[in-house]
Amino acid sequence: MKLYNAPSPLETKVVSKRFGMENSWKLDTYLATGGFEGFKKAMAMSCDEVINEVKSSSLRGRGGAGFPTGMKWGFVPRNTDAPKYVVVNADESEPGTCKDRLLMEHDPYLLIEGILIAAKAVGASKGWIYIRGEYRYLVDHIDAVLKEAYQRGYMGKNIAGTGFDFDLYTQIGAGAYECGEESALLESLEGKRGVPRIRPPFPAVSGAFQAPTVLNNVETFCAVPDILRNGGKWFADLGTPKNGGTRMVCLAGHVNKPGVYEVPLGMNMMYFINEIGGGMRGGKKMKALIPGGSSCPLLRADECDIAMDYDSMAKAGTMLGSGGMMVMDEDTDMVKVALRIMRFYKHESCGWCIPCREGTTWLQKMLARIVDGNGATRDIDLIGDLAKNMLGRTFCPLGDAAAMPTISIVEKFRPEFEAYVAKNPFASSELVQVA
Amino acid sequence: MTFSPGLEARFADLLTHYPEGRHRGALIPMLMYAQDEVGAVTPDLMAELAARLGISVLQVDEVVGYYSMLHKKPQGKYHVQICTNVACMLLGGAELYEQACTRLGVGHKQTQASGRFSLEEVECIGACSWAPAIQVNYDFHHDVTPAKLDEILEGLQ
Repeated sequence: MKLYNAPSPLETKVVSKRFGMENSWKLDTYLATGGFEGFKKAMAMSCDEVINEVKSSSLRGRGGAGFPTGMKWGFVPRNTDAPKYVVVNADESEPGTCKDRLLMEHDPYLLIEGILIAAKAVGASKGWIYIRGEYRYLVDHIDAVLKEAYQRGYMGKNIAGTGFDFDLYTQIGAGAYECGEESALLESLEGKRGVPRIRPPFPAVSGAFQAPTVLNNVETFCAVPDILRNGGKWFADLGTPKNGGTRMVCLAGHVNKPGVYEVPLGMNMMYFINEIGGGMRGGKKMKALIPGGSSCPLLRADECDIAMDYDSMAKAGTMLGSGGMMVMDEDTDMVKVALRIMRFYKHESCGWCIPCREGTTWLQKMLARIVDGNGATRDIDLIGDLAKNMLGRTFCPLGDAAAMPTISIVEKFRPEFEAYVAKNPFASSELVQVA
Repeated sequence: MTFSPGLEARFADLLTHYPEGRHRGALIPMLMYAQDEVGAVTPDLMAELAARLGISVLQVDEVVGYYSMLHKKPQGKYHVQICTNVACMLLGGAELYEQACTRLGVGHKQTQASGRFSLEEVECIGACSWAPAIQVNYDFHHDVTPAKLDEILEGLQ
């Protein structure tokens, strides 16, 4: 299977180790390269032992929020005979992110094994891989892989002779960023509009079809087989304390070697961009970057000499997010970046709650007004104020996702907004229209 | 309304995927797969799926209205989707979209009178490290340049 970009010798390959292997998506390749060893180990352990192994790996959710995976699994109630489910978030739609696509394409059995281990850990009987509609070729691909898995006894009844039963299906989405939010995804899985649910209860208690559900990102499940195979400590030691393992970073924008690379958590960001990403294109200077999908606050170039792990990024006022890193050179118009980001969130706001629906609409209008040369000086402050007022006031994180990059761009690149406004002769007039 | 045997088999399989009494879960996959065969989500299709799943046409309609990939009008034989989100924008996605508008003579969500091409400016399609990227129907094209876009469209005549 063809690789989309050349690998770098500086990568640490755990979830991407089969990328580029001949027939990497076939069961025989998988079995010949350590496949299902983690699952077989898990089957000989108790549920608690499996969860504790994952906890000891300090694996954190790779979808964006970075919640500790073992802890999330531990929230699923034990003392119930009700059915339990596993749902995979393969709705990958955070702008800048294109890693789950590669995992499903090159190593689908790794995902399947991770799902089975999660199912064993919580006693689940059924699962769905919710794949965004644009990845239609992957739905067909995974369907074909599942067919092989059923035929060869690696799915369905008595999996790999262990006595464990599990059914797994693909579920195709139909184009909605909001369905990447876990509770909206569950609504969509039930055949409804993808609007978020009020939480609590969290999916661990009441998830898919109101049953206890483990719901994680593709890459998170993909990390699990090697954690069971090699031990949680092995995985944890690859990263930094409380930030175990490796992660896929999708490098995009004005760099010489954009691509998806797997690196240990805690790698220095500038080292990553320069040594793996080949530095800036055309000898330009770097101006800023979006570290982990467009929902993250931006960093100026001088703020990027930091470790890429969840805690260091939080300390720098941003997030590791989904791993979608977009690098911008000195010629980039940050006001236009802010407008493009807001256009996206306005388009994708589900409209369920008002601060997000109205906030994104008005922010887009104000940003467009500035770009169109009709902005007033007070608009710059108003954009920041309005965005701050959305924070924490919505059912789901989409409101925050729209506000956070906007606040950071206005704060860090204010002179660019002022330069736009200065061209408007009526910029300081009280009569400038507000809408 | 009748569908091809292949689609009927897919529907029959889909309906076994959900817990008892919760087969409404099949609605979105059924709409997506049926749309490919029918060409659009027609009123007949909505009524048919509503009847099969035991829900109202309104419940189907509100779902269709929510998702950007479900469309009530037929698209062109080749539906050209050009991403202009940040990663693509940084490397010329917006210019590619303008180029496609000019070349195809249609705008956002419009279809040529001949029915050959339709165009859509889309949000992130998950090809950011190989930007700018476009999709024609379900096929991805990566690292698209103005010349490559012309070549792709030329090849689809």
